[in-house]
Amino acid sequence: MKALHNILDSIRPHFEEGGKLSKFWVVFDSLETFAFTPGHTNKNGVHIRDGVDLKRTMFLVILALVPALLFGTWNQGHQYLLSIGEISVSDAWNTMIWDKLLIGAWKVLPLVVVSYGVGLGIEFLFAGFRKHSINEGFLVSGMLIPLIMPIDVPLWMVAVAVAFSVIIAKEVFGGTGMNILNVALTARAFLFFAYPKQLSGEIWIHEVAASKSGGLLVDGYTGATALGELASTVGKPIMNADVTSVMGMFDAGGMYSLSNAFLGLIPGSIGETSALAILIGAALLIWTGIGSWKVMSSFLVGGLVMGFLFNLMGMNAYMTLPPIHQVVMGGFMFGMVFMATDPVSAAQTERGKWIYGFLGGFLSIMIRVFNPAYPEGVMMAILFMNVMAPLIDHYVIQANVSKREKRAMLASAQRATA
Amino acid sequence: MSRTIRIRKGANIRLKGRPATSIVDAPPAAIYAVQPPDFTGVIPKLRVKEGDAVVAGSSLFFSKDCPSVQFSSPVSGVVKSIIRGAKRKILAVLIEADEQGKAESFPIIDPKTADRTAILGAMLNGGLFAFVQQRPFAVAADPAITPRSIHISGFNSAPLSPDMAVALNGRMEDFQTGIDALNQLAGSEGVHIGVRSNETIFSGIEGAKMTQFEGPHPAGNVGVQIHHAAPLNKGEVLWTMHAEDVANLGVLLSKGRYEPLRVIGAGGSEHPAPQHMRALAGIALTSLVGGHQDAENTRYISGDPLTGTDASAAGFLGGLHHQVTLLPEGNEPKFLLTDGWLSPGLKKFSLSRSYPTWLMPKSKEFTMDTNSNGEERAFVVTGQYEPVFPFDIYPVQLIKSIMANDIDGMEKLGIYEVAPEDFALCEYACTSKIAVQKVVRDGLDMLKKELG
Repeated sequence: MKALHNILDSIRPHFEEGGKLSKFWVVFDSLETFAFTPGHTNKNGVHIRDGVDLKRTMFLVILALVPALLFGTWNQGHQYLLSIGEISVSDAWNTMIWDKLLIGAWKVLPLVVVSYGVGLGIEFLFAGFRKHSINEGFLVSGMLIPLIMPIDVPLWMVAVAVAFSVIIAKEVFGGTGMNILNVALTARAFLFFAYPKQLSGEIWIHEVAASKSGGLLVDGYTGATALGELASTVGKPIMNADVTSVMGMFDAGGMYSLSNAFLGLIPGSIGETSALAILIGAALLIWTGIGSWKVMSSFLVGGLVMGFLFNLMGMNAYMTLPPIHQVVMGGFMFGMVFMATDPVSAAQTERGKWIYGFLGGFLSIMIRVFNPAYPEGVMMAILFMNVMAPLIDHYVIQANVSKREKRAMLASAQRATA
Repeated sequence: MSRTIRIRKGANIRLKGRPATSIVDAPPAAIYAVQPPDFTGVIPKLRVKEGDAVVAGSSLFFSKDCPSVQFSSPVSGVVKSIIRGAKRKILAVLIEADEQGKAESFPIIDPKTADRTAILGAMLNGGLFAFVQQRPFAVAADPAITPRSIHISGFNSAPLSPDMAVALNGRMEDFQTGIDALNQLAGSEGVHIGVRSNETIFSGIEGAKMTQFEGPHPAGNVGVQIHHAAPLNKGEVLWTMHAEDVANLGVLLSKGRYEPLRVIGAGGSEHPAPQHMRALAGIALTSLVGGHQDAENTRYISGDPLTGTDASAAGFLGGLHHQVTLLPEGNEPKFLLTDGWLSPGLKKFSLSRSYPTWLMPKSKEFTMDTNSNGEERAFVVTGQYEPVFPFDIYPVQLIKSIMANDIDGMEKLGIYEVAPEDFALCEYACTSKIAVQKVVRDGLDMLKKELG
């Protein structure tokens, strides 16, 4: 690999101050440091440093996203074929695997490319302008954003959302590490509020509108997400015929049954449907210590507790859904593992992480059930908790500060009496 | 019976090249150095000029702020040169040693009967007060202030550090004399020694409060021991001293000789013969490296690999250091697939679990070079400092308050209790490669200046 580095060394002068391509120094620098960890040695301070760096950390998060990405890609094809009656619900696994993957990839890949292209382009511009090197943060955000998009979202919308979130949620605060809100969720929230009609409409299944107008859509297949169906039951009596037919889909054997929701054989955003694939990612994050198990576990407990409380109230059909079913649907798992654990926007104190996670999970289920206008409560809950995280940290730290002050007062009182 | 405190947070970095328990006398060096920057907070005023003859115990310079604190020559010889840096700052006074071994003779004092002024005076004139540090601020102590207590760590826990039982072997009588003297100097809380549990060398020592500690590094840091045994509060001052210097104080008082003896842990993966070596403070490193060559690709560290100074092959043992570490320089770029961030990393030691080395047996030791293994970034990863920082203090928040020059904030968050060395493991573990110890030093300096 010496040869490759020699080539880099030989073209470096063009990019340095005064060279022909000095404007592109950031690009050169980031590509070089991508390929080679620079030979920087430690000065004044520790002489040895841990092997881990931000590139390794971010790479492991992306690795953890791969199961959700692969499954999501497959599932989008699966849902499409299901919607036009090519396959039936019973033969989910063994037919047309490659067709499903190809259909999914045909839609997912452009989303990934647009997300990375726009996001990294803006990062390069800011880095060049501010004369600092590229931060690795967007490598993860750029993968998270397509995974929380509906499959048929127009690419230009994704581009606008990415640009908005990178600039407004991150760069205006000073870049990676300084942001208050989770970047990927901000992109999603932007779309949700800027294009509510398009986002709530028929883009959850590939070509569902065209299939419907072409008469291809299978009877009874609406293409709505599980949460969308459930939201339609709110405000109606439990024994209403519409409600019971919706709730029937959540029983064993129904379209949104517990096992289907856990495995991910339901419509939804690309990466969010399979709790199983997400939990594989979670296992990697916890095993490597990169994702906070405290946030994940307290988030889960928070969601289950809220679900259980709703069971006790039981005022409508939605509330009667078992808590375990609640947490495997929608974006709950994805938010829990990949969004709430974002170290920059989460609570930073260890005690704060417990509180932050619990309230995040609690609010996710609460918003989703109480306010059918926001079927995706997880997004709102995590963004809200992002804003609240500094406050949680403040009180945790304040407790430590007053403990120290009390100790000092006690000591000075003792000195005075001595 | 002394109480035992179990330190749960921290980490032992498993470096290759641990010094063997054997001990040899280091070959005497031609040149010794006393380096003012080793004594944080001291502005030196010279007493000698180039060409002056000195003997062991002759004062070379004193502290401008506390003129009674003397910094003395460890050997007899001639002042070879005075090295100055930017703005004529004095970096080192070099002594060319002769073989005559002449020494200043100081009055012999029995610490049990002498009063505080006499003992303090002897310590100041005899040059041993130079090795007393104070908290808060982790700087050279001010002899005018009576400290609440004096703290001594009875063991080293830093990577490749010397074994205190080896270092103090046969010196316990001098150590006891030193403790008796310190007892006269300390205020209401007396003298504290932090002992590793199951360590017996201090069992015969009287007149000190013993606290036993167990757990990984930094349990041997005196700051950690203070925090757990008798925490420092705002408005209090205490002194810290290295155990070997306590024994040296005993020698000064009972024999009237200034002899800053150190048993040095000479180690590191590049050291040809890692072992303990007996030498005087300020010895040239060439005497301690066992004939090691290839200075270009090796880092010569005076001190431990986490807190020591980059001394270079022509450098000297720092005034407060008891260790020399030789590590390979890591100035070669690392390709991502072979040994960079995408590599399997079977040779990369990490406190995070992002490389599989954490699954290897605990006995496996690693060669680490001085590469920073990544570039500096903003704080991103959280929860990384806390597991290696055994204080009831929020490390990241304290660092951030220092970065923001928030004096009030750092006071409240507990900056009085810490020294830069207490953050060494945080700096080691930092994914964002932030220079944590330097930030803490800057914060302490800023606060000290602010409080006058």
